[in-house]
Amino acid sequence: MDSGIIGSVVTVVFFLLFVGIVWWAYHKDNRQKFEDAANLPFEEGDDGIDRRRS
Amino acid sequence: MEATYNYKVVRQFAIMTVVWGIVGMLVGVLIAAQLIWPDITLQLPWLSYGRLRPLHTNAVIFAFGGCGLFAASLYSVQRTCQTRLLSDGLASFVFWGWQLIILSAAVSFVLGITSGKEYAELEWPIDLMIAVVWIAYAILFFGTIIKRKTQHIYVSNWFFGAYIVTITLLHVVNNLELPWILGGSTSLFGIFKSYPVYAGVQDAMVQWWYGHNAVGFFLTTAFLGMMYYFVPKQAGRPIFSYRLSVVHFWSLNFIYMWAGPHHLLYSALPDWAQSLGMVFSLMLIAPSWGGMMNGIMTLSGAWHKLRTDPILKFLITSLSFYGMSTFEGPMMSVKTVNALSHFTEWTVGHVHSGALGWVAMVTIGSMYYLIPRLFGREEMYSTRLINVHFWWSTIGVVLYIASMWIAGVAQGLMWRATNADGTLTYSFAQSVNAMYPFWTIRLVGGTMFFLGMLIMAYNVWKTVAMGKAVNDAAIPQAVHA
Repeated sequence: MDSGIIGSVVTVVFFLLFVGIVWWAYHKDNRQKFEDAANLPFEEGDDGIDRRRS
Repeated sequence: MEATYNYKVVRQFAIMTVVWGIVGMLVGVLIAAQLIWPDITLQLPWLSYGRLRPLHTNAVIFAFGGCGLFAASLYSVQRTCQTRLLSDGLASFVFWGWQLIILSAAVSFVLGITSGKEYAELEWPIDLMIAVVWIAYAILFFGTIIKRKTQHIYVSNWFFGAYIVTITLLHVVNNLELPWILGGSTSLFGIFKSYPVYAGVQDAMVQWWYGHNAVGFFLTTAFLGMMYYFVPKQAGRPIFSYRLSVVHFWSLNFIYMWAGPHHLLYSALPDWAQSLGMVFSLMLIAPSWGGMMNGIMTLSGAWHKLRTDPILKFLITSLSFYGMSTFEGPMMSVKTVNALSHFTEWTVGHVHSGALGWVAMVTIGSMYYLIPRLFGREEMYSTRLINVHFWWSTIGVVLYIASMWIAGVAQGLMWRATNADGTLTYSFAQSVNAMYPFWTIRLVGGTMFFLGMLIMAYNVWKTVAMGKAVNDAAIPQAVHA
């Protein structure tokens, strides 16, 4: 197998992998999971400033 | 004892972001002035353009941008993972190690020690120091993710993670070099001299594979990590589409790695590699604009906040510049456009629309969010001064890039103009002469951006003076998600 064939195979595999990622990201079963993840920055506790309000 | 976040290392890096921003941009202003008045540094060899230019680029990218990224990544990784950093000792090592690297870099450039590779000019002893500190940073970052209390790994951490892994790879591969002392050098400065293990066009390809991925993963992916945390936080609402951010992340990673050859169009590089670089560069428009939309649309339904919140102005304007420069970049990688733009001031304008408009502005906005919180204040000393800083920087960037566009196109057209008999219409010196008005406007724009940093420094100084370092920010105990 020469480097040209390997290059072609890798390109096709990566392309399919990417299509799979898009399918996974937009699959309706994963909707809730990603919405939870999007809210992570808002579940980390206070900023450490409220207690010190003067 | 209540579990707390490590704010100390974040605070150290945040303050040094402002300090190195001022230093790096001051050197930039100086070399912009040297182009107009070549003798302004009294012909001192230590302050000559050739030595100061790498000092400027390295200081703004790796000292200013680097410290900003350390601060942002080490803050957001703790908070989105709801856990303290893996090790306080390792965090201090990364901070002091990075500062030592910056100082060594500054001294070595002024002394004229350089490996001559753009954005990788540091010589081998400093390259080794970077490798050690970088691995420590990787252990600190990924170790913190491993001990996270949350189930998901938030998207900003994916971007920072890709940045850390890729920079390790790029730094090691591009800096494989042989120190001259192995070849029996007897000169004092020969201790620091090295030569790359690659030769000819292979060396050029490795260099620009590194060079463009430094843009792609240091100046883009990492700052997108910053964007994905600080834009939602400052806007007070989650990212527009988390699913789009997943696709954004993977598409950037799949495509960016192959864009490097666009720096070597019409060179000795094989033609297929040049075309490959151009095609991948064009494809980059899709993920870049997807990410830009995702950030800007986070404000959807809350646009009024832009009117009153100058921190959001910084963040959203940075995304607009990101969109502009990621449209311009692919366009410039088209061979026929590159034939005009390469080696001209247009490239300098493009780089600064990205570096000042995107990287510096997203960093400044994030630091204005971060610094009061690290010092127990609700907001910066003066919100009005943030607004002043915003307008100074925005007008400064626009003057800078507009003048460089005009200068670059004029330069490119003058260089390619020929008379009917095939001789060149203009001498090189004539094209230099035509640059002076534009270089002057650029100096004004750059100086404005620099003055904005001084306003920031004053604002930060007052905020720190009024506040008290926070070392007891509590980690929430009841964990969900």
